[in-house]
Amino acid sequence: MADSFMAQWVYTDTVKDHFINPRNLWKDGEDFKADGIGEVGSLACGDQMRVGITVKDGRISDIRWLTYGCASAIASTSMMSEMAKGMTLEEAYHLTPAMITDKLGGLPEHKFHCSVLGDKALRAAIDDYLLRNNMENPYKGTTAKIICECKGVTDHMIEDLVKSGKVSNFEELQKETGAATACGKCRMKIMEELNECLHIYGK
Amino acid sequence: MDRRVVYLDNNGTTRMADEVISFMHENDDLYGNASSMHTLGREAAAGIEWARNEVASLIDAEPEGIYFTSGASESNNTVLNIFRDVADRGDKRSRIVTTEIEHPATIETVRYLRKKGYRIDLCPVDSIGRIKLDELEALVDDDTALVSVMTGNNESGTIQPVKEAAAIAHKHGAYFHTDATQAIGKIPVSVKDIGADYLSLSAHKFYGPKGIGVLYAKPSVPLSPFVHGGHQEKGMRAGTYNNQAILGLGKAAELARENLEEEHRKLWQMRTALRKGIEERIPDVIFNGSDDESLCLPGTLNVSFPRAEGESILLYLDFEGIEVSTGSACATGSLEPSYVLLASGLDVELAHGSVRFSFGRYNTMDDVEYVLEKLPPIIEKVRSMSTRRV
Repeated sequence: MADSFMAQWVYTDTVKDHFINPRNLWKDGEDFKADGIGEVGSLACGDQMRVGITVKDGRISDIRWLTYGCASAIASTSMMSEMAKGMTLEEAYHLTPAMITDKLGGLPEHKFHCSVLGDKALRAAIDDYLLRNNMENPYKGTTAKIICECKGVTDHMIEDLVKSGKVSNFEELQKETGAATACGKCRMKIMEELNECLHIYGK
Repeated sequence: MDRRVVYLDNNGTTRMADEVISFMHENDDLYGNASSMHTLGREAAAGIEWARNEVASLIDAEPEGIYFTSGASESNNTVLNIFRDVADRGDKRSRIVTTEIEHPATIETVRYLRKKGYRIDLCPVDSIGRIKLDELEALVDDDTALVSVMTGNNESGTIQPVKEAAAIAHKHGAYFHTDATQAIGKIPVSVKDIGADYLSLSAHKFYGPKGIGVLYAKPSVPLSPFVHGGHQEKGMRAGTYNNQAILGLGKAAELARENLEEEHRKLWQMRTALRKGIEERIPDVIFNGSDDESLCLPGTLNVSFPRAEGESILLYLDFEGIEVSTGSACATGSLEPSYVLLASGLDVELAHGSVRFSFGRYNTMDDVEYVLEKLPPIIEKVRSMSTRRV
């Protein structure tokens, strides 16, 4: 009992370190010319993140970020920025929240969604870089996970539909994709993913 | 451990008063079961009755209306449970009217009751977080069994027009309950003056021990046993008396009564100085609640810092030894920011960026200076990291 109670509120030393001394922060007035910028999150959920990258020889040569968010959001974005620097675009595109939180030595469970934003903002920045340079985006879709097997609905499809405003509730998502209309065993997972996206991208 | 600690979360809980701790220790031989007939039992019973009288005179009530509970959460639950029983009996008067800004001990309980099919209505508040009496008037009718309005709000500090609310309840034949947990020891609270039929309080909010509180129920109002299984508290609340805690509560009540004016003056002075300092040293801040001394609990200052997120502020302050609380969702474990601030029409971002400073008797003007030294660079730092920076 003591464990679960403490775990809710206690951050690891690594989290504290990144919270107190955030790395690669996008300083005000700094002359950082980003090749790509990505922004995710909404103020409704109290977390918003912006990531800027420079790219050289297919690798992330430098990175900056800003966040309106809590300690976990600050620490996880800071950690993500250190991990992403030097990575190829493909590697960076496949950074996952679990990889970031592992490096932080874990985050309290209810704080996990904060780190979900860091990798999403990074992917958005890479998408933006490729778009700006009229380059093909070979990564989009490669990180997708199928949630509804019957109808082949992926987490990315749900994310895109919510982001574009086409879907704002479960019924609309079902109409749009057919998710959870066949065997229905994915219903809970679909709802979880939908709620997460609605939360991040605002209602 | 010479790290400086400036505890500014006194609305959360308070440090026990030195006088209370000594008093409890002095009486630690009072271990008899107060329900027993032998000498030790009778001595314990006498101590408990002394404490009952102290609490009664603190809230200007009849001692026989004082029931000891584990705290205001239990007291609030109990009152709502009594009126659940009233509704279950098929009484035409079955509706409960309370407010959007009650403590979770009330809000969560009425939500549960509503889910079970009971009729519940919530009265809205204005921009300082004070209930709208005309809306209350419109909500209370001949089918209303109970009206419950807190005396002062824990987050905004806003003092509620409980006397007027009680009058509205009584005009329509309903009973009136007030959760006075946050107001006790800070402003005068008299059940007679308010016209309260029920009142809840917790000892730990005014320098008493945790885990002990009171439900006041005016003699002759509806009551049903809250804990079955014993004849304690006239058969209403079973369980062997927690002698030491009850004595601690009694001592805290005595102190609260004696120090009320001085406490109010001191808390208001510190709050005023902090507010002034923040206004002078930090650009672009919004003060929530009211700055009118007659409308605000004296030790509460709730501030929103646009473009800065509350949990980050809280933790950076914590590193400096300053303990506060925030309305940010991040700190609550839920995903929604403070429902109290949202109810008063505050923007979501400002609710996420709100910080509550709450003073107590052990704070000094030095603490205010220390906060005013540490806070501005922290706000600047959080804002400089923000996607919302200008």
